[in-house]
Amino acid sequence: MSGEPILSVDRLTMRFGGIVAVQDLSFAAERGKITALIGPNGAGKTTVFNCITGFYKPTGGAIRLNHDDGRQTALERLNDFRIAKQAKVARTFQNIRLFPGMTALENLMVAQHNALMRASGFTFLGLIGVPTYRDAEKRAIALATDWLKRINLLDRADDAAGNLAYGDQRRLEIARAMCTEPALLCLDEPAAGLNARESASLSELLRSIRGELGTSILLIEHDMSVVMEISDHIVVMDHGVKIAEGTPREVRDDPKVIAAYLGTDEEEAAAVMESGS
Amino acid sequence: MTALSTETTQAGRTVGIPFILKKAFLSACVALVLFSLMIGIRTEAGPDGQLTWWTRFGDLASIVGLVFGGSIVIELLRQWIGPTGAEKLVPAPIQRSLSLAGRFLGPALLVFTLLVPVIFYNQRYILDLGILVLTYVMLGWGLNVVVGLAGLLDLGYVAFYAVGAYSYALLATNFGWSFWVCLPLAGMLAAIWGVMLGFPVLRLRGDYLAIVTLAFGEIIRLVILNWQSLTGGPNGVSGIPRPTLFGIPLDNSDDGLAAKLGIEYSPTHRIIFLFYLILALALLTNWVTIRLRRLPIGRAWEALREDEVACRALGINTTTTKLTAFATGAMFGGFAGAFFATRQGFISPESFTFQESALVLAIVVLGGMGSQLGVALAALTMIGGFELFRGLETYRMLVFGMAMVLIMIWRPRGIIGHRAPTVYLTKAQAISSDLVKEGHG
Repeated sequence: MSGEPILSVDRLTMRFGGIVAVQDLSFAAERGKITALIGPNGAGKTTVFNCITGFYKPTGGAIRLNHDDGRQTALERLNDFRIAKQAKVARTFQNIRLFPGMTALENLMVAQHNALMRASGFTFLGLIGVPTYRDAEKRAIALATDWLKRINLLDRADDAAGNLAYGDQRRLEIARAMCTEPALLCLDEPAAGLNARESASLSELLRSIRGELGTSILLIEHDMSVVMEISDHIVVMDHGVKIAEGTPREVRDDPKVIAAYLGTDEEEAAAVMESGS
Repeated sequence: MTALSTETTQAGRTVGIPFILKKAFLSACVALVLFSLMIGIRTEAGPDGQLTWWTRFGDLASIVGLVFGGSIVIELLRQWIGPTGAEKLVPAPIQRSLSLAGRFLGPALLVFTLLVPVIFYNQRYILDLGILVLTYVMLGWGLNVVVGLAGLLDLGYVAFYAVGAYSYALLATNFGWSFWVCLPLAGMLAAIWGVMLGFPVLRLRGDYLAIVTLAFGEIIRLVILNWQSLTGGPNGVSGIPRPTLFGIPLDNSDDGLAAKLGIEYSPTHRIIFLFYLILALALLTNWVTIRLRRLPIGRAWEALREDEVACRALGINTTTTKLTAFATGAMFGGFAGAFFATRQGFISPESFTFQESALVLAIVVLGGMGSQLGVALAALTMIGGFELFRGLETYRMLVFGMAMVLIMIWRPRGIIGHRAPTVYLTKAQAISSDLVKEGHG
């Protein structure tokens, strides 16, 4: 618990018409840690994600990103691409959104767009082929190659992303997000649709991102084996509100969490709530 | 005798002779039912107003036969050069030699184009046709940036062509500026119009974007038509100066090129000059596009076509990316317009109707969106084909329409549908058209 959290969400509220998807949600993600956001289907997890990454504009509340150098960015005021560009928050999607007609390598090159744009003098210098741009491109290819090695896809670098196996696409999407060199990596159900072996290698990858690169990770996940294994901190949501928070062990034993996941009738739920609090 | 048994390929498509025969038989049955009354029985009012009728079973039989045969031919062609993934009936060696020939097609075409004025020196018609084809190649390559790479459906491309043409015509006739000064200005003005169109419409996607660009094309034409004091309205602008070879006119005068070189003057010189001028402009378009594709902006265009949401999540400013695509495409349209004005010497709003936009878009779609060689081939086929079938007179458009339908059946993603990657580690592999998205707006 040293230093400021990288992300602090304060009383976040999101309404769609009359429906309250997220209500007064407050939590924090520690720097260099893996924070998991879990909850049953329809709990509002993805809505929180979309608010953090700028795809939705929150109805109320504040989302603050604290950079390494002490700068603070108000994410709720930035819109879509600026969050990735200026606040350095990268994300993946629940349903994979790669560029299927482009190769794995090209996908990772697109992720480095902003850095390469600057190096190419906003296209004009790149068009006449100045050496500084060529060097920048070589560095970008090197970074992409490095990530392809990490995710074990180096031999598929020149294959179309749409031709890769499902698990490989998941890993490639994470690598693509990491190529933007983010401060905070947000993963929306990275283990969805993966088999046990692929889940294990995913856990390995996420731990290496946290350990070797020190990138903070916020993830939504249903696969409890992954969540319990790699998370440092877990936030549990149900019906748009936070119902529990703590280490994996604390959360696993929380009766409210068990009730939310298993479903109980009203009397039982009340009993669980009382005994829990 | 494997060919005689019906096989199902991985893609789930049935191939084989029984399948083809069955399909042809079904088509013939449908034709028989449809045409038995329409063609089989002829009715007419007799001399006293009574109904007279007679049968024409011979005609009916020949029509049904034609459908049967045609269906077999279409299905065979579809399976031979059909969609990727389907089992091909064409033997592998032929396919291999075809793909080898494909690799040399581009350079061979370029060399041939360079030699056209030499080979056809005395055939003014061929040279004029060549200039026309090259103009459309250039327009196709320009629109390819917007439609093929960025995936933005633009039905009003002719607007930029018109802006370029009128920019040159008005600057040259009013201020007497030379072609070489006006050419970049025409491109820039067209690009500015591209950005001005882009700003309000880029929130729209797909069909909505197409409709607004269509409307924009019409607005430009109507403004030109009605702004009489500036553009001359329906009378157009005439007396547009011919281009000069950096100040040396290509005419019969004493300081003309022919006189300076000491050769006999011939009007063909100017045509050949125009030919090489448009060739150079088209090649410039091609070179810039190929380079842009390998720069971050080009990759962002293609990424935008693939998935706009993912682009935003990666920090790509989708608005400016779309605007640069519009502006780049518009700029090339403007160059082509300036060339058109100097070639014709006279322009009027009639040259910039929606039909032009549709023709250029058809070239891009037919060629294979994003493929430079495909667009060039499509322009050659479309514009050349127009001329080739001139002898058929009224049936020309019919033949032409049929040809387009057939090409779209065999090659739903255009003549060259696959995509070449912009960067590779070990080997550039063509990406199948099944994976490449068309874009949604």
